[in-house]
Amino acid sequence: MTTAANTIVFENVSKFYGEVLGVNRVNLTLPPGVTSLVGPNGSGKTTLMNLMTGLIRPTQGRVSVLGLTPDEPEEFFRHVGYCTQFDSFPKGVTGFEFIYQLLRLRGLSSSEAACLTAEAIERVNMAPAAHRRVAGYSKGMRQRIRLAQAIAHHPTVLVLDEPLNGLDPMARAESIALFEALGKQGMHVVISSHVLHEVDKISDQVVLMSYGYVVAEGQIHGVRSEVKEHPMQILVRCPHPNLLASRLFSQDHVVEAKLNNDGKGVLVRTKDAEQFYQLLNRIVVEENLPLESVAPNDDDVNSVYQYLIGSGGSNV
Amino acid sequence: MSTAAVARMRKSLVEAPWQLWLSQLAAILRIEIKKNLWMRRSIWIYLLAFAPTLMFGIHALTSPMGRGTSIGEDTQVFAYVFQIFYLRVGIFFGCMGLFTWLFRGEVVEKSLHYYFLAPVRRPLLIAGKFLAGLITTAIVFNTSVLLGFIFTYSHFGPAGRAFVFSGPGLGYLLDYLLVTTLACLGLGSLFLALSLVFKNPILPGIAVLLWETFHAVAPALLQKLSVSFYLKQLCPVTIPPEGLMALFTVLAEPVSPWVAVPGLVLLSAAILAFACVRIRRTEISYLAD
Repeated sequence: MTTAANTIVFENVSKFYGEVLGVNRVNLTLPPGVTSLVGPNGSGKTTLMNLMTGLIRPTQGRVSVLGLTPDEPEEFFRHVGYCTQFDSFPKGVTGFEFIYQLLRLRGLSSSEAACLTAEAIERVNMAPAAHRRVAGYSKGMRQRIRLAQAIAHHPTVLVLDEPLNGLDPMARAESIALFEALGKQGMHVVISSHVLHEVDKISDQVVLMSYGYVVAEGQIHGVRSEVKEHPMQILVRCPHPNLLASRLFSQDHVVEAKLNNDGKGVLVRTKDAEQFYQLLNRIVVEENLPLESVAPNDDDVNSVYQYLIGSGGSNV
Repeated sequence: MSTAAVARMRKSLVEAPWQLWLSQLAAILRIEIKKNLWMRRSIWIYLLAFAPTLMFGIHALTSPMGRGTSIGEDTQVFAYVFQIFYLRVGIFFGCMGLFTWLFRGEVVEKSLHYYFLAPVRRPLLIAGKFLAGLITTAIVFNTSVLLGFIFTYSHFGPAGRAFVFSGPGLGYLLDYLLVTTLACLGLGSLFLALSLVFKNPILPGIAVLLWETFHAVAPALLQKLSVSFYLKQLCPVTIPPEGLMALFTVLAEPVSPWVAVPGLVLLSAAILAFACVRIRRTEISYLAD
């Protein structure tokens, strides 16, 4: 059951920066689990996160997190951890000192703070570099130490603004696994990303944003099905594209089969990707057709945006 | 105020998490004092603070046993240096550099959000940062004044020691240290508040400098809004207004130290209260800065 005490609630929230729109008339209720805020740059994801954590105040409306507001900081920030996208640190600190000092601000004793710091650093695999100055870290290391700082006090709501930026593939996979695990523990994990495929696998719900408005929200499958109304594009590269195209034309689910410009492939638009892949397997076996590659051509957030909101995704 | 309101206020004061606030204040002080003392920007504050100390030191070396000078003369010189250099230049610009940087520095370095995302009340953050700035500037400038004072009288030998320990010297020293601390308090609160209002506090800082320098020509009531007004009353050796300024000076009624000290403390408290109100509305928007 979702109540105000275990949800993040935006009630008719608008934020204007002077005359510039940040977000407009946002009504959202986010239950526990992993929620992804997805949208192109400037769509209002960061504004929504900053509003959630009190770094900025709504021009209109009300935001509450687990029934709390940032006006009660002692209680609010006991529950909330926020890893912002500001890649900046207090001057001269080591990774350990950075987290330790901020934990001491919570009123923790020296030993408690040291213990939690070590645990958080271990969790993001930064132990070997913990006592080096942050100024000497790579971008990925800085991202991880900020993530460690956000989770060090064991928050129940974790807000992460573009947390995968700058991470190498290994660290990305580890971070995604960490977010997934935290979500499964019943935490609120709110992640913003402009790369849909990175977060859609672990998201329990998604919020799609464009130009300050929420354009779609809900369970990931719901949003997916909305996208499925549009034919999926798949590029098949093979030495005999004419043969493949002729076999595909007769299928109902194939909307279009177009020879690629270099004459070595077919761009297929299909309403049912599952059926298409089964058919392709059959053709390969029956015609003894060698394939060089098969790859979705519009399985990215740009395409999703173009399907959902037209040209809004052009900058994603 | 009704009895119920008093009871409510008393209850909220009793139930307030004082222990937590104290430990948070201590944590802020640890971070900020270390930062203030060791940041590269502090070098020029040290130079400003210890330039007169160096001058007094050279004077002590070049006039052994008070050769070519007298205690009375050096007492006047120290008073001039204190009121003209320390109060109007050294402490003024030192406080301007340090206190305006307490929050502006965090905004420039994009690290203020770490404080805002901690479970710390923003007025407590003001108190912590202000106290850290006050402790830093008080340590630096009081050390400078103390060393300057020692150099001023040490080279007179037994006569100098007698002036300090058996005469009025020690009283003078305590007064100078008190005035230095109060100057850091008053100017510090003013510059901290200005830094929360203006993105570039240099222009308002110049306005404050002009006001603090020429407040003596303002009506007596307005003079009480100047930090220098209270400090002048507390300086142990008075310097009469000279030259053109003397023509325009409006002589305000002198106030006793028992009014000057609380007066300055109250003025600073009022400015800090304003800063507390201001920071509650402060948003993080580094791009706009």
